Amino acid sequence: MASTETTTSDTPDAQPETRPDAREDARPDARPDAREAPKENGADLAGLEAGLDALETQTAQRTAFGRKLLSKALPPIVAVALVLVLWQLAYHFKVKEHYLLPSPADVGRTLQEKWLEGTLLDYVWTSLSRGALGFLISVAIGTPLGLIVARVKVVRAAIGPILSGLQSLPSVAWVPAAIIWFGLSDATIYAVVLLGAVPSIANGLVAGVDQVPPLYLRAGRVIGATGLNGVRHVLLPAALPGYIAGLKQGWAFSWRSLMAAELIVNAADLGVGLGQLLEQGRELQDMSWVLSAILLILIVGIGIELLIFAPIERRVLRSRGLLARG
Amino acid sequence: MAATLTEAAVDKSTTASATDPAYAARISHVSKSFGRPGAQQLVLDDITIDVAPGEFVTLLGASGCGKSTLLNLVAGLDKPSAGEIEVPGGRPALMFQEHALFPWLTAGKNIELALKMRGLAKSERRDEAERLLEIVRLKGAYGKRVHELSGGMRQRVALARAIAQDSQLLLMDEPFAALDAITRDVLHDELTRIWRETNLSVLFVTHNVREAVRLAERVVLLSSRPGRIAREWEVGIPQPRRIEDSAVADLSIEITEQLRGEIRRHGQH
Ligand SMILES: Nc1ncnc2c1ncn2[C@@H]1O[C@H](COP(=O)(O)OP(=O)(O)O)[C@@H](O)[C@H]1O
Ligand SMILES: [Mg+2]
Repeated sequence: MASTETTTSDTPDAQPETRPDAREDARPDARPDAREAPKENGADLAGLEAGLDALETQTAQRTAFGRKLLSKALPPIVAVALVLVLWQLAYHFKVKEHYLLPSPADVGRTLQEKWLEGTLLDYVWTSLSRGALGFLISVAIGTPLGLIVARVKVVRAAIGPILSGLQSLPSVAWVPAAIIWFGLSDATIYAVVLLGAVPSIANGLVAGVDQVPPLYLRAGRVIGATGLNGVRHVLLPAALPGYIAGLKQGWAFSWRSLMAAELIVNAADLGVGLGQLLEQGRELQDMSWVLSAILLILIVGIGIELLIFAPIERRVLRSRGLLARG
Repeated sequence: MAATLTEAAVDKSTTASATDPAYAARISHVSKSFGRPGAQQLVLDDITIDVAPGEFVTLLGASGCGKSTLLNLVAGLDKPSAGEIEVPGGRPALMFQEHALFPWLTAGKNIELALKMRGLAKSERRDEAERLLEIVRLKGAYGKRVHELSGGMRQRVALARAIAQDSQLLLMDEPFAALDAITRDVLHDELTRIWRETNLSVLFVTHNVREAVRLAERVVLLSSRPGRIAREWEVGIPQPRRIEDSAVADLSIEITEQLRGEIRRHGQH
């Protein structure tokens, strides 16, 4: 990029000749000298601009990793410790009989036994793989569904309200219907998971699309991103934060629905998941067992959210400057 | 214009061949109303403006007089209620008051998206984007996210993206209105420089009289409710100008008087 003085001072200006005469008459001597006589030194302008840029760009201040970890991890650790202490106290003062309220250590011992039997990871894996598969199928169905509902007026009018209504229907309500349709089978479990997760994912995408600033769509049209190009390069990326929020909620719904289904759909030929484990504990009236299963369900649910969804969401938001640093 | 800017500047006299249309945009007898039939609000009334190839025209008017509406019509984002708009050079580029850059892309990728939409081969996009960033003097900004840039830098990236469309006509809707005075002043110089080095025609909308005079070869004043062309001025002051130049001030005073007169008329009934 050459600076102005090399390009403009000797630029022949023949523009007026290409104009209609009427325009010439209307604008006597407007053009010939209008582009001559450079006043501003190009290098000066560049320097001025560089200075402004430097002044206006704030340098990001990074806090040390260790401190960040500490400030993030400490509060939840303290909270969990507090719960354990209260629990232990309740046990100590026998708020309930010990077979009704075992101590944290009892629950830990039960978990340890199952671990030593080598079955613990199998239970977790059975549920987790069902949950993951159900979630992925829900994504595959919910995404196009959400997109169509968001973009096609008639479809929206027709099924938009139903879709958001479905979200408030506890998916456990589907279990009896699913059992009648599919019997005590995997199909029943997946049907319940899908009915729980699909509406939530679709609704998330609809909300994401609705929140896209119209300015982006107009800017997209101006640069020629229309039709499918507009969807791919503007609409979808712009709706991504809402979509991810929907996915996160979709996972929570998948997991919940799965547990509801597993609790009820209990057959010998089906693998034993965490829900079935919970039900077995109830049949044996073994409170430590029940509490262990609840704990595992909680840990898996939170773990997936923390390990998978939270980092993705944070990355997306941060890259768009939508996340306060710190 | 896909060639380097310096070449384009030198070629300026020869590129306008005899077959080229004599205008970069022709707005003839355009009217626009909003609202449902029966309760219509006439926003633009019989607007006729020609923008010559390579010309810099500013459209000046009070807030709400229909400037953005008119630019949207020229950009093809909306259709006029009456009249015709011809833009022979293809889809015009449009710059908004807000930068309208996509926050999920880096500065460079924002420009590359425009290049992609224009049909430039993938292998050439990166270099072309770097070149356009250099034109707006943002050489190191390729990998920067939009939120990492200052307001002035964002508008320069937006300008680079607009130029990337390789359109003959650049529409600008109060692009510097949200910037501080110092930055705005620098961007005026920058825009003037880029305009002089390219064969772009610019239709620039503003409510700022001095800005209009500082930039334009021709100032078109719009009245309000409905928006009509009140008057035009040729600005014969040689470029580059400064916004403080006495010639700029003199013409600004004259135009401001007229503008105030237009506004006053609305208070009289
Ligand atoms: N889509 C629309 N529907 C109804 N009225 C509109 C619409 N767009 C603009 N207007 C009206 O048109 C007038 C001009 O608006 P606009 O072009 O944005 O003015 P300016 O850009 O000059 O400030 C305003 O009174 C505004 O309320
Ligand atoms: Mg406006």
